[in-house]
Amino acid sequence: MKPILLRGARVLDPANGRDEVADLLLEGGLVKGIGRALGTPDGATVLEGKGLVAAPGFVDLHAHLREPGREDVETIATGARAAAAGGFSAVCAMPNTDPVTDNQAAVGFIVRQAGLAGFARVYPIGAVSVGQKGEQLAEFGELVAAGAVAVSDDGRPVATAHLMRTALEYARTFDIPVIDHCEDVTLSHGGAMHEGVTSTRLGLKGIPRSSEDVIVARDIALAALTGGHVHFAHVSTAGAVALIREAKTRGLRVTAEVTPHHFTLTDAACEGYDTNAKMNPPLRETGDLAALRGALADGTIDCIATDHAPHHYDAKEAEFDNAPFGVVGLETALGLALTELVEPGTLTLAQLVDRMAARPAAIAHLPGGALRPGGAADVVVFDPGQEWTVDPSRFFSKSRNTPFAGRRLRGVVRWTIVGGRVVHTAGDRPDAPDRSGR
Amino acid sequence: MSGTLGKDLLGLEHLSGDQIRLILDTAEPFKEVSERAIKKVPALRGKTIVNLFFEASTRTRISFEFAEKRLSADTVNVAASGSSVVKGETLVDTARNLEAMRIDMVVMRHGSSGAAKFLADRIVSSVINAGDGKHEHPTQGLLDLLTIRDHRPIAGTKVCIVGDVLHSRVARSNIWGLLKLGAEVAVCGPASLLPLGIEALGVQVFRRVEEAIAWADVINVLRLQLERMQTGYIPSVREYYRVFGVTMERLERAPRDLLIMHPGPMNRGVEIDSRVADGPHSVILNQVTNGVAVRMAVLYLLAGGNPELAEAAKGTSDR
Repeated sequence: MKPILLRGARVLDPANGRDEVADLLLEGGLVKGIGRALGTPDGATVLEGKGLVAAPGFVDLHAHLREPGREDVETIATGARAAAAGGFSAVCAMPNTDPVTDNQAAVGFIVRQAGLAGFARVYPIGAVSVGQKGEQLAEFGELVAAGAVAVSDDGRPVATAHLMRTALEYARTFDIPVIDHCEDVTLSHGGAMHEGVTSTRLGLKGIPRSSEDVIVARDIALAALTGGHVHFAHVSTAGAVALIREAKTRGLRVTAEVTPHHFTLTDAACEGYDTNAKMNPPLRETGDLAALRGALADGTIDCIATDHAPHHYDAKEAEFDNAPFGVVGLETALGLALTELVEPGTLTLAQLVDRMAARPAAIAHLPGGALRPGGAADVVVFDPGQEWTVDPSRFFSKSRNTPFAGRRLRGVVRWTIVGGRVVHTAGDRPDAPDRSGR
Repeated sequence: MSGTLGKDLLGLEHLSGDQIRLILDTAEPFKEVSERAIKKVPALRGKTIVNLFFEASTRTRISFEFAEKRLSADTVNVAASGSSVVKGETLVDTARNLEAMRIDMVVMRHGSSGAAKFLADRIVSSVINAGDGKHEHPTQGLLDLLTIRDHRPIAGTKVCIVGDVLHSRVARSNIWGLLKLGAEVAVCGPASLLPLGIEALGVQVFRRVEEAIAWADVINVLRLQLERMQTGYIPSVREYYRVFGVTMERLERAPRDLLIMHPGPMNRGVEIDSRVADGPHSVILNQVTNGVAVRMAVLYLLAGGNPELAEAAKGTSDR
């Protein structure tokens, strides 16, 4: 592997308080040096970074890579490639695969597939309960030994307060977060979108905000009881934000993420029964959107995660009630964050890098999230000002279920570097042979 | 094919007051056709219409079928239970296959809100929504408007919709249609059966049926789906009738004579007292009669019929 010298980019590394125009030298898979006028080693690849931002590669705590089980909509390889295209050097894979990632063989399979693919790093998340059935605790010790970095029953909530309590207690031994998808299914049952005036008009069964809020409140009480670390997946309501803010002031070990679609869109996107606006938790209202943005700015919400959820075209090409929940997000996250958060001044560029790299890495105790000599050479280099139009046909993901098709965004990933190797270059096109059968 | 209504009739929310009035005015001359010995005019001769019913329906399906036949259209009925749908065919494939047989219109009843729009966006034939989930049932809304208009001007009339508004497509179509024609609209029912934010549509909410009756000129009583008890929305039928039933005793205390409507099928003794349903102020069967005329008007207009020629169209009959 040839050394890489990135010359003259704005190096933004909030974890180390760095924001300066400098050269970045990567060698042997590690960061070799950061500074002015670093010498060019023999045979080094020189990348011109003038006008670009170099930051620690982004870390996504929440993606559905669908393999094993639904390789027709995504594989670990295509998901990791899409992640690289989005500037992510690491992505965490949720365990709601088929079979469920609830044992060491399943975790090992993901690690192996990711290694073979060689794009973004993929960290498996194990299931909280066997088969995600909400009954018996999965073997966290075995999962962690095989490479799992967190546990979650995502796709559904941790089913009962008792199970959540024991999961939080038991997870302390391994110092891993329990990630919860907060939804009281007795309140949300049969719901297809946010409950409000729009659902009333469209005649769709609503999912009330309280469905999320009551489980967030439950989990906070259990975090207080157990001292365990709860990480709240895809926060969508102003009420949940208020609960989390209060829990943090009490010093509880709670962290939270928000998705780009929840800080960008409201339930108005469901008008016309657009199934690409159907996600769970649902898109809420402008007040929630403002609360989510405010919470990202003040640190109540720690990080941005994509909840990348690929679905087949045919599944989304259906009546709204019958379409599955979820949207793809890896390849639009940076553009949405720059356009919707940095452009209007909600976050500084340094805060954005913090929310997309340093914080998520810290939550799951992952390497990366920072640029320091001797650390892994996981780097994203992007042009924060360059505009582009979202064209799902150019996604590296196998799926195109996005509500953002045709949207103008700012911010283009120029290079994504993982372990000192360039795994994505702007202008790369998904190659045809891998994309047959669609 | 398109006329003054556009390609499809999916709901009343996106129609203008003028378009709704046009449909009602066009229905007037068609009322007479059903009173003739030979109930047939040639207005839609040569047009092919498919009635695609994914949910059970007696009244609406038969009403559409009569409307189509009295306009001389060729019609085919497809019920989901006997079709390729049970073999797993998607809605859009079903429709495209029908369209490949060169049809002009589809009348569809479907259990999912938005299904009519979904279909209309994907086929070139006209789509008439005969009820989509909890969204809209526009021809029911129109026939309710026509029935009120037979008795009094709609503008300024106070109409209260009583019952399970949450799950009712009839309620939504009525609300839009009535508001666009200048009526005052209220809803009344247990809060568990009223959708969140219903006030934002421009309607009042009454918590007690006595208050609704004291306020209204017209009461439109919705059917209570009997499975609502099992799903925990209300305690029991007995309790519902006791608190929300439209009974003779309650109507006798009304300050004025009320028009009583019901979209059917009725649960006598659940949401409505038989003495009310069969009483002098009930226009429930007039609604059914008007349903055929309204549907003839909708079919005629969507087929590109000139509204001014509706009278003439029915005149050139019996050839």
